[in-house]
Amino acid sequence: MDLRFTAEDDAFRAEVRAFIDAALPQDVRRKMAEGRSLTKDEIVHWQRTLNARHWATPSWPREHGGPGWSVVQRYIFLDELHQAPAPEPLSFNVNMIGPVLFTFGTAEQKARFLPRIANLDDWWCQGFSEPGAGSDLASLKTSARRDGEHYVVNGQKTWQGMGHHADWMFTLVRTDATSKPQAGITMLLIDIKSPGVTVRPIITIDGRHEVNEVFLDEVRVPLACRVGEENKGWDITKFLLGNERTGIARIGMSKHLLRRAKTLATQVDDDPAVLTRVREKAALIEIELKALEVTQMRLLDAMRDHSARPDARSSILKVKGTELRQAAAELLLQVAGPAAARCVGEFEDAADAMSTIAPIAFNLRAASIYGGSNEVQKNILAKAVLGL
Amino acid sequence: MNFALSDDQRMLQDTVERLVLRDYGFEQRKAYAAEPGGWSRQMWRTLAEMGLLALPFPEAQGGLGGGAVDVLLVMQAFGKALPLEPLLSTMVIGGAILRGANPAQLDRWVGAIAAGDMTLAWAHGESGSRYRLHDVACRAQHDTEGWVLDGSKALVLHGDSADRLLVSARSAGAQRDPAGISLFMVDAQAPGIVREASATHDGRRAADIRFDKVRVDESDLIGMAGAALPLIQSATEAAIAALAAEAVGVMDTALAMTVEYLKTRQQFGGPIARFQALQHRAAEMLIALEQSRSMAMYAALMLDEPDALERSKALSAVKVQIGQAARFVGQQAIQLHGGIGVTDEYAVGHCHKRLAMMDLQFGDVDHHLAQFARAGGFISTEAIA
Repeated sequence: MDLRFTAEDDAFRAEVRAFIDAALPQDVRRKMAEGRSLTKDEIVHWQRTLNARHWATPSWPREHGGPGWSVVQRYIFLDELHQAPAPEPLSFNVNMIGPVLFTFGTAEQKARFLPRIANLDDWWCQGFSEPGAGSDLASLKTSARRDGEHYVVNGQKTWQGMGHHADWMFTLVRTDATSKPQAGITMLLIDIKSPGVTVRPIITIDGRHEVNEVFLDEVRVPLACRVGEENKGWDITKFLLGNERTGIARIGMSKHLLRRAKTLATQVDDDPAVLTRVREKAALIEIELKALEVTQMRLLDAMRDHSARPDARSSILKVKGTELRQAAAELLLQVAGPAAARCVGEFEDAADAMSTIAPIAFNLRAASIYGGSNEVQKNILAKAVLGL
Repeated sequence: MNFALSDDQRMLQDTVERLVLRDYGFEQRKAYAAEPGGWSRQMWRTLAEMGLLALPFPEAQGGLGGGAVDVLLVMQAFGKALPLEPLLSTMVIGGAILRGANPAQLDRWVGAIAAGDMTLAWAHGESGSRYRLHDVACRAQHDTEGWVLDGSKALVLHGDSADRLLVSARSAGAQRDPAGISLFMVDAQAPGIVREASATHDGRRAADIRFDKVRVDESDLIGMAGAALPLIQSATEAAIAALAAEAVGVMDTALAMTVEYLKTRQQFGGPIARFQALQHRAAEMLIALEQSRSMAMYAALMLDEPDALERSKALSAVKVQIGQAARFVGQQAIQLHGGIGVTDEYAVGHCHKRLAMMDLQFGDVDHHLAQFARAGGFISTEAIA
């Protein structure tokens, strides 16, 4: 047993860091460091820069254009991105629909979509949740009926992250209303520009436009855009949700927030009692984060041995990872003090960087809700790991 | 990065786990506690036969030359039984302190320790010294015939039954000077030693020990006179790593008992495991346990870190995380058991008491949190202007 990274791992980390330093536009790095929103062009440009080296698709096998990295290398790569900080490759594309298509897609679907997914030529969003189907996803009601060579889709989807940039939406629809909820679900690929699709913004408590709702009114979807068999969408969904857990704890992001908080603390308050308290609060988060880093490596190591099945213990990474990220952001907000009160528009880049701190903390309230709420994760741990 | 165990390590772990299953049930533990000294001499012989007492000592002197991971595996597996034997003080602290011993001393001592004929107690803490490793009032005076020890040590774990005492005493300087502390291997039966035994809350025994003009031979001074603090520091770090592993074992037992209880206890017409409030609490215990398991591994890794500041920071972090997790798991194990959990006859309350006492050994959460924070933590502030 040896928890240390090998010399090769360290060399790989140095290579990733050097590349980010050289290739990441300074302005994008600054915006990320200050917690500002990026434009669509900035995100697309960065993903294409990564994709030119096959780095935009870390978990993809080589035959589909991935870099052929080990789980440890994938972890190091993400950690470096988070710490830089640099944008991750768009998760909807490379962690969600990409692996679904190279696993369940037809030859035509793979040829048509995979290269464009990797290069962010097509921007994808996720059409899963509905106003009445959140944690209980299988209760979704958006319907699809067959009409010749098409499905006709009606319903409403919600929480489409970055959906206002999207070209396509991978969508769960109900194709059989009579069988058990999970057994009547199909996955369709819907072109957002299709007649009958309406995308509307949802402004969240951080004042930003990140998520959307999507209305589907008699939308015609070719049969060629169905993934897998009709009524077999739930199996694909389980695959998708359990697929990429490598970076789920977002440890590098928490480190970045803590570094910002600790640095700011030395500048804004000279009361030694307050400084000590801030340092000890940061210390508690740092310590749990160190444990989580090892926990994450243990689970990666287990995945190396049984790469086929996701480990239910990865719910620990989700729960603890989001709790720590939230705690780090709370600390940063507290350290920032009254200067954090200024509220400016999402893209007002000229405003001082203190104005982004509260939005980061507010935005992160969603982290323990999306991707399976932390309560759902605890249900999973209780049932699948403890057998309760 | 590699979490796989070697064949030898797997065998070591299996052997201790089998021993615990066969010979260290809670009822057997009660019988061991009733023996003189409060632990089982037979168990100690078994540990010696299995080679566990020789684990950390150099091979040249009859030890096994085992590393921190081997100690981790043993303490974790043995910890599940809430063991009473002086394994920590003899094998772990003894192992660390004797790294400062010379070959002649190792020749004299390691064989007897490995054979189970010599148990050790760590006679370092004094009344009022709390967690300050350099706070030593006990005096050691040098004369032509060797050394003379005077002073008192407080609540020395297994101090009543130990064959030898590892004693820190000040050969120079004032009570809280970092320099001037020396270490001695002292025969517990030596004239001038008075030991007053008492029980501890986790079912063990300890002694307040008075030294009144106790003569110690020159050959029983360990390392250089007046320069023992680094050795004391590293023994403390080794003890923290071992306690972390033991705590994981105790938490394993506490969680396993709790899960079993939730499945079998019937209330409101069915097993209480069906209540989500209790399921979530158990899931939170699992998270705390797995984080602790990770931190115990990290502790074993960092014991070999050459940079003293990094090492000490890491072990402080370990003690903080383990202390917090252990308190949560121990307390919630009782809570989820309900009334039976607070009874003396049932094991889960003893898990909690053991975990609670561990926090008070070698620096508690507050002590190590302050140390860690003062040292700047893991994350530097330099990267951003």
